[in-house]
Amino acid sequence: MNATAAARVLPEPLEPESRGDYLNAGYGVKSWLLTTDHKRIALLYLASITGMFFVGGAFAVLMRINLLTPDGELVSAETYNKLFTMHGLIMIFFFLIPSIPTVLGNFLLPLMIGARDVAFPRLNLLSWYIFITGATLALVSAVYGGVDTGWTFYTPFSTTYSNTHVMAMAIGVFITGFSSILTGLNFIVTMHTMRAPGLTWFRMPLFLWSLYATSLIFVLGTPVLAISLLALAVERFFGVGIFNPRLGGDPVLFQHLFWFYSHPAVYVMILPGMGVISEVVPCFARKRIFGYGFVAFSSVAIAVIGFLVWGHHMFVAGQSVYASLAFSVLSYLVAIPSAIKVFNWTATLYKGTITYDTPMLYAFGFIGLFTMGGLTGLFLAALAVDVHVHDTYFVIAHFHYIMVGGMVMAFLGGIHYWWPKISGRLYPEGWARLSALVVFLGFNLTFFPQFVLGYLGMPRRYHAYPPEFQILNVMSTAGASILGVGYLMPLIYLIWSMRYGPAAPSNPWAATGLEWQTPSPPPTENFENVPVVTEEAYAYGEERTDA
Amino acid sequence: MPETHAALAHQFEDLTQQHDAATLGMWIFLVTEVMFFGGLFAGYTMYRAEYPAAFAAGSRLCEVALGASNTLILITSSLTMALAVSGAQRGRRRLTLVFLGLTMTLGALFLGVKFLEYFHKFQEHLIPGPNFGYTGLSARQVELFICFYFGLTGLHALHMIIGLGVVTVMIVLTWRGRFSSAHYAPIEVAGLYWHFVDIVWIFLFPLLYLVDLHR
Repeated sequence: MNATAAARVLPEPLEPESRGDYLNAGYGVKSWLLTTDHKRIALLYLASITGMFFVGGAFAVLMRINLLTPDGELVSAETYNKLFTMHGLIMIFFFLIPSIPTVLGNFLLPLMIGARDVAFPRLNLLSWYIFITGATLALVSAVYGGVDTGWTFYTPFSTTYSNTHVMAMAIGVFITGFSSILTGLNFIVTMHTMRAPGLTWFRMPLFLWSLYATSLIFVLGTPVLAISLLALAVERFFGVGIFNPRLGGDPVLFQHLFWFYSHPAVYVMILPGMGVISEVVPCFARKRIFGYGFVAFSSVAIAVIGFLVWGHHMFVAGQSVYASLAFSVLSYLVAIPSAIKVFNWTATLYKGTITYDTPMLYAFGFIGLFTMGGLTGLFLAALAVDVHVHDTYFVIAHFHYIMVGGMVMAFLGGIHYWWPKISGRLYPEGWARLSALVVFLGFNLTFFPQFVLGYLGMPRRYHAYPPEFQILNVMSTAGASILGVGYLMPLIYLIWSMRYGPAAPSNPWAATGLEWQTPSPPPTENFENVPVVTEEAYAYGEERTDA
Repeated sequence: MPETHAALAHQFEDLTQQHDAATLGMWIFLVTEVMFFGGLFAGYTMYRAEYPAAFAAGSRLCEVALGASNTLILITSSLTMALAVSGAQRGRRRLTLVFLGLTMTLGALFLGVKFLEYFHKFQEHLIPGPNFGYTGLSARQVELFICFYFGLTGLHALHMIIGLGVVTVMIVLTWRGRFSSAHYAPIEVAGLYWHFVDIVWIFLFPLLYLVDLHR
């Protein structure tokens, strides 16, 4: 064999454009809209929920501007009702619930278990189309004037008295629910049947345990929301009295059915975030997670107990006092598995070799803010205290600490952590650290004053307030504008990095986990050969030789 | 060497894995269906406890004979469906086709009887809403019962219609010879769905038609 022939068979150096990865598998719009690749579907979700996040954010901006002055001069009381309703509906059903499961979950689940795709790829694409249909209906309802019932659709106001576009919105949420159901189903089946050889349940990354718990809630809870909204639509359309007391119905039944889904849904809005933190903390502390089994089972415990606490939304709604007692105790119990997670993350940090990269900054933010949100939740689970702070800004601050301080921080942390894998590019670390700091400061300035406001007695859902509350409201609005800047920064530099960022190696964090053993971005089939797992998750201890 | 079979999807290693995924997927879907109907059953239970007399009066408006024949028809269709699945397992194409056809006929018969019942309700002005024609005692509460009657049986009928569509697809695929004793998961999954819809009716029949029969 002569020299030229030998040179010809050598692999040619590949340009980034010609690497056979999933991003370059096809270029047209059709190659995206008809894809069944879980990684591309994750990006479709990322684009759609980011859009919905900024729509929902715009409603929040208008609310915060209105609340700058005690008289609420920007919008009328009716418009304000629509603003908080639309903010809640869009943020909860079209951003928070799908956020981590559909984006990071879709992208990572098959990679983490060493599979080529989820169990039902076409169903996965269908879920996205269902989501888009529901989201479109919600936006149409918004454009035509929105809904003023509050995101909870309480009857009989929503069925009999509200003259806004309740039907379009309820049908939009109903349809979107099936996207959740099918995603949950797909994830459960994938985890049961498609794990790589050697990947036992107790070797799975904890992100997958949290995703499994989330999927259980999707599958068991969402159908109940669907049937309640269907009953609501029937009552509104036919004028029959399923929930309307004037026609023989019972409005508290609607609240029971609604919260039977919507309280577990609160855990959908935090469990996947906890999963992300369980990945990030061991990686940047270079230590095996403390108490793997406890963290794994606490996810399942949260999902199970989370189904038994819905009545704590109805302490002042005419529910039996004995039922309230039981719900109060159960709500205290659900705090235990959450606390187990916080303690285990903290214990993982102990004697770790900690580096302060952006995902870790978000994780620290998450742990602190989630702890505050969780502890104030215990105030609300106490029957007597709840009577005082029910429907005040204390509640608003509490759940924003969980959902924004918790879930959105975790979502951003996760996006940064896996961005090199998703895009094949590195993001600018300096800007990213700055954004994490800005988000943390902006968040606290926005929502900490609301704890105080609520404790002083300012009720939620009012477009005007007594003048003595103005200073705290101005602080909150100022914080919201900082928070807005903090959210725009990642949007800009992440998009920038897709074109100009340096190419990412396959494992930029030197992390464990199967998703880091394939190139960045991964090829369409994920792995050339089916990987075999031979060790526990988070085997970070082994590389330490200084001890 | 990976096993190659025309029906093996790219994400699976072999047909066994694919079969397991398909059946598990259907079982989980049926769990979501239980929760879906469960919401209505919860509402039904609450109102029946609250208005026992009105629910008994409402139940007397249902045609027990038609409901009972439908129960018989549906149970028989479950038998033919089970025989179709068993035929598919053994790779008996013609047998499978016959039983799938029978299942479909019985399902269509069920819907025909259901339509007849709805038509009678329409004739007697027993449709919930502003023109509800019941004039006896506590008409509002009887209307609530009729509401649950239409809600529950309507959703069930919708599931039957979807089931007929699924069985039609199975007949076409069997006709084209897509299934063998190594690959029959779609028929088995369709069977699971069919039996579930049947079981829902087994609960609906006594809850709606037989409330007041023991007197």
